[in-house]
Formats: sequence, structure tokens, C-alpha cells
Amino acid sequence: MIANYGYKDGSGEYYISIDTDKCISCEAGRACLTACPKGMFESMVDDYDDEVVCIKAEFRRNLAYDCAGCKPSTGRAALPCMTACTPAAIKHSW
Amino acid sequence: MSIETTNSSAGEVKPEFWRWQENCWADESKDWRSAKVITVGIDVGSVSSQCVIVADGELYAYNSMRTGNNSPDSAANAFKGVELKTGLTLDDVHMVVGTGYGRVNVPFSHKAITEIACHARGANYMGGNSVRTILDMGGQDCKAIHCDDKGKVTNFLMNDKCAAGTGRGMEVISDLMQIPIAEIGARSFDVEEEPDAVSSICVVFAKSEALGLLKAGWSKNKVVAAYCQAMAERVVSLLERIGVEEGFFITGGIAKNPGVVKRIEKILGIQAVSTKIDSQIAGALGAALFAQTLVQKQGPCKPVALAA
Amino acid sequence: MITAGIDMGSRSVKVVLVEDAHVDGAPKLKYIVRKTHFMFPGDLDADVAADKAFDTILESAGLNRSQVDAVYATGAGRKMVNFATDSVTEMSAGAKGAAYFYPSARTIVDVGAEEGRGIKADGDGKAIDFAGNEKCAAGAGSFAETMSRALQLSLKEFGEASLRSDKSIPMNAQCTVFAESEVVSLIHSATPKEDIAKAVLDAVASRVCAMVRRVGIEEDVVLIGGMVHNPGFVSSLKNAMGVEQIKLPDIPEYVSALGCALLAAEAKN
Repeated sequence: MIANYGYKDGSGEYYISIDTDKCISCEAGRACLTACPKGMFESMVDDYDDEVVCIKAEFRRNLAYDCAGCKPSTGRAALPCMTACTPAAIKHSW
Repeated sequence: MSIETTNSSAGEVKPEFWRWQENCWADESKDWRSAKVITVGIDVGSVSSQCVIVADGELYAYNSMRTGNNSPDSAANAFKGVELKTGLTLDDVHMVVGTGYGRVNVPFSHKAITEIACHARGANYMGGNSVRTILDMGGQDCKAIHCDDKGKVTNFLMNDKCAAGTGRGMEVISDLMQIPIAEIGARSFDVEEEPDAVSSICVVFAKSEALGLLKAGWSKNKVVAAYCQAMAERVVSLLERIGVEEGFFITGGIAKNPGVVKRIEKILGIQAVSTKIDSQIAGALGAALFAQTLVQKQGPCKPVALAA
Repeated sequence: MITAGIDMGSRSVKVVLVEDAHVDGAPKLKYIVRKTHFMFPGDLDADVAADKAFDTILESAGLNRSQVDAVYATGAGRKMVNFATDSVTEMSAGAKGAAYFYPSARTIVDVGAEEGRGIKADGDGKAIDFAGNEKCAAGAGSFAETMSRALQLSLKEFGEASLRSDKSIPMNAQCTVFAESEVVSLIHSATPKEDIAKAVLDAVASRVCAMVRRVGIEEDVVLIGGMVHNPGFVSSLKNAMGVEQIKLPDIPEYVSALGCALLAAEAKN
């Protein structure tokens, strides 16, 4: 399953997508949980009883601002969450 | 027993244009007393709450009403409506599943399942197993879901950050234009020429834009048409993030607004799968269907009292 | 030489005339300020409003159009100014205008009615980086304006009320429409108005600040745009950004228009 967390508002589209099929058998030891400087990821059991990672509810409506620290407008480096996720389950839409 | 269905105080003079019809229904051709497995799905949304009864895997009854100030009461009131109509009590029910925004606040439920999974499951029942793309336009959110032939979610997004493309956004416009929300759809087609969409996505800016258009001499109907078109474009842009596959099904309150639905269909070039069942109950229906599967797997649960 | 700068905002036109501008060396600057308000696209079309605003300022200055050497336009509707000789971005105009008041400005925060943005300047009045959040009411002045209406306070009272609170109530809703219902339920639960006002202004300030962080925060920080008039917002922003001081120009809404006029003068020299 592709789980898209985030939103689109007048200012743009801000989604973090998690490919849960890659996430179920995480080969990176859930490194995303500690890689995000804001601690936005958490582990959960989804509706089909699979253990996967998701974005904590309190961050889902605020991604444009909460991710801003990792996204300087110029000279952007690789994102910590995507680097940590070696199975490449995490994608950002912006 | 009386059921609170409105929260307007006596002597209220200001008409509430946004207020939509509440609805309670039961399948008179069936008798729940002869059913082997009876389950309940409760969907406590931010704006509306539904209770659905499924008997032996078939939709039997539902109640749809406005969510009050408190989730537990809304859940209980939604159930009481069905109880009153059918005589079925919680003691006769084998399992209750809660879903929606207030799902953790359903005091008599045995399990909570997200509205994403429940909507997919409900749409699979309402629109058949060829349904692949579900658009749910709720009171305060908008969901786009892909599912397989069993109603299992394969891709989803939910936007509950922004009021654009939600029922709340439409309520704001209906109030501003002083047109009852149920008439918006028909009024939006009563124009000489279809206008371009309102250019602002943000409801706040769209509101000032709409006022400006009225001042510039546009008819109310034309402004409403421009807003319906904007709403359609908005939700289509959300759908495009996950892609649209045939077997397109619309749920939620705005499914009842042809002014938006027909414009979505026009943009996509796809007809939505039609159903005779109230589009607002998809989440609660899915929850009750999940409960049916769980009862088959695990056996019935003991009833929990209505009050917490 | 006389040049003009026109800032076509989402709700109002701001015009600044600059006379005898010595941009290099010590500026001996005379400027006159006029503005015209219009609802877009209601009362007036943008191009008509620009014309009217320009004629008004010329009349009060005793000038006619042929005496103005160059007109630069900026703002969301800058392309609607038919008589403009050129147009510049809000970033360039904001950085130039802010540097006129505070040459030491490195970070310029621009918060108007409908947009908020951060501009990084090089200390020479030139914008070198920018990050913004547009077309969503949550990150700009209209968020505060909507909530002040819900509290039945004027924007001025609203800002002052927030200064009397030392509480930090987090707002859950991001969207202005949803936040309005949240504010109404705070009112119903008898939360003091000043605490609600502070919660609202803290929320806007934290959003604006997150955007400014994308360009980096370097002092001096200058705030321009209409929100300068809201002391509660200035205080919330100061806290959010973690800076000692935010410099406030005395004609904050006209800084971009002034920057425009200065850029026009510079190009002519």
C-alpha cells in the first residue's frame, strides 16, 4: 500500500509517501524513527494488521513548516529520512 | 425517548443555509430477528455521524445525523435512531466497530478502524467489486483511495488540513450566497454560460473573490457554478496524485451535490458508479462489514453499554 | 528626477513617488506616499485601480505623468499596471526598500494580508534568496484578521490583547476556516480573549518563522508589510525567531513600493 500523509493547500502540495510493502520487512532497522530531527515518524499496526511506519498525526497538517528545517531554499542536502530509509520506501512530493 | 437532531435554539431567526437533511432508514423487507450475525458500524465524523447495521453481510438499517459537540453522545444518538426504528438493541449485536475522526470516542465499540479502510470496504459493497478509485468528500476532509477487488486499500491520501474541497468549504459558500446547500447543485446549472472556476483554492480567498464577483454583477447562480467548478478541479487534482482507475466511486456528503459531481465527471471523462444507497454511510457500512468478518473469524463479542 | 513605485497587492495598491534620489552616496530623499484600496476583483479592476492610485498621488504632488521619468511595478498584480516602464519581483523591491531604512538588514520578513515570505539580503539592498508561502490564508495576515472578527475585536485591539497574555495555547487547526470553529469553541469554553489572541498570533508567527528559516535567520531582521502594525504579532514573531530585536520601518506597507521607486531611479542613473 502507498500511504500518502500530508495535504495540498493554496500554497502547494506537501506529501510524504510511504510504500508500506517495502516498509513491513524493514531492512534499515526502522532508522527513519531516529533520523528525522523532528521525530515525525512512528511505528504502528495498520488496519490489515501489518506493522509499518507512518507520520505522526500532529505533523500531517503542518509538513510545509515542519520539514522546512531540512529544506533550505538553496543548497539543499539529501533529506535525513530518505537517506536513512535504505529500502527507499519514503518519498517527498515537494 | 426523544432524539436530538438539531442544535438550533428556540427563537433562532437566522436561516441556516448549510443545514442538510438527516436521514434514518431500515430495510422493511427484512427482519433482523432471523439474522445469525448482526454487526454495527459507527462513523463519527467531524460534521456528520452515521450508524449502520449489517445483518448476515447485508445492509439492514442506517441513521445519519449531524455530529454534536461531543463524540460519545453523537455515536450513541446515531445508534438510538436505529434502535427506535427497528427495536434492535445493543444486546442483539455481535460486534461494534468505530471509525472516523471520533472513532476512539465510541464508548460501546469493540474495535476502531481508520476511515480510509472503512470507506474502501463500504464502497466495495455499495459500488460492487469493480470499484478501484474512491473519492470521499467529507465534512472536513477529502480522501482519495485505490482499492483491490476485495476492497483492500492499495494507495490513499487524506487531506484534512485545508477546507478547500470539503463540505465545510461548500457550507461557507452556501451561507455566503444564502442558498440552501441542497439547492446548490441545481442552481449551479441554471446559468446561461458556464463560468471559469473561482481562481483561489483557499476558501478564505475564494470567499472574497465570490463577493467581488457578485459586486461585479454576476448572478448568484453563476458564482455558485464557478465555485462548484473550482471544487471539482480541486478534488480532481487530489485524485491525480494517486491516479484515477475506472470503477470510480464517490462517497460522502458532497456526492449528493450534482453541481460538483457532474463537473468532476466532466473533467475526468469518467462516469461515477451509481448506487441507490446514501453516499454518506460508506464509512460506517465498511466498519460494520469489517465487524462481520471479525465475528466470523473470532466469534461474537459481549455487548458494551451505550453510556461510557 | 522623479520615479514611481507601485505595489499591486492582493487587496490594495500602494504608490510611492521618489524625487531627487541620490541612490549612491548619502541619499537625500523626498518621498510622498498615497494609497488606494480596492477589493479585487470587485469594486475596481486591478488596472483601473492602479491608474486611479497613480493619478491621486500625482495630483497631490502637483505633477503630471510626463514629469515622471520611470514607473516600476511589483506585487502579485504587477503585470496589470499598463503604464509601468518595468516590473520587479516582491523580493527585489522588499530588499531594496528595507535597506533604505536599515542598511544593515540581512533578513527581511514580509507579512501582508495574503502572503508571508522571508527574504535574505546581501547588505547592499539586493535579494539573494527567498522562501514564501502564498495563496493560503493560514500563513498571513488574513488568518489573524478572520480570528479577530470571531473575537469581535478590531485588529488593533486584537494585537494589544495578545500582549496581555503569557499563556501558550496550541491551535490544532491549520486552515483558517477550521481554526475559526476552534476559536469559537475556545470562546464557548470561556478562554480569555487575550489568550486566544496570543494563540492565533503565535500560530501565524510560527508559520512565518518556519518559512524564514529556509533562507536562514541573520540579524538585522526587518519586518515589512501590514502586520508591523500588530504589536502582538511582532512580539510572537520575535519569540519564534529567537532574535533580540526586529526592526520596524515607520511606513511598513509602503516599503516594497519605495524599493520599486528606488530601483527605477537606480536604473535611470
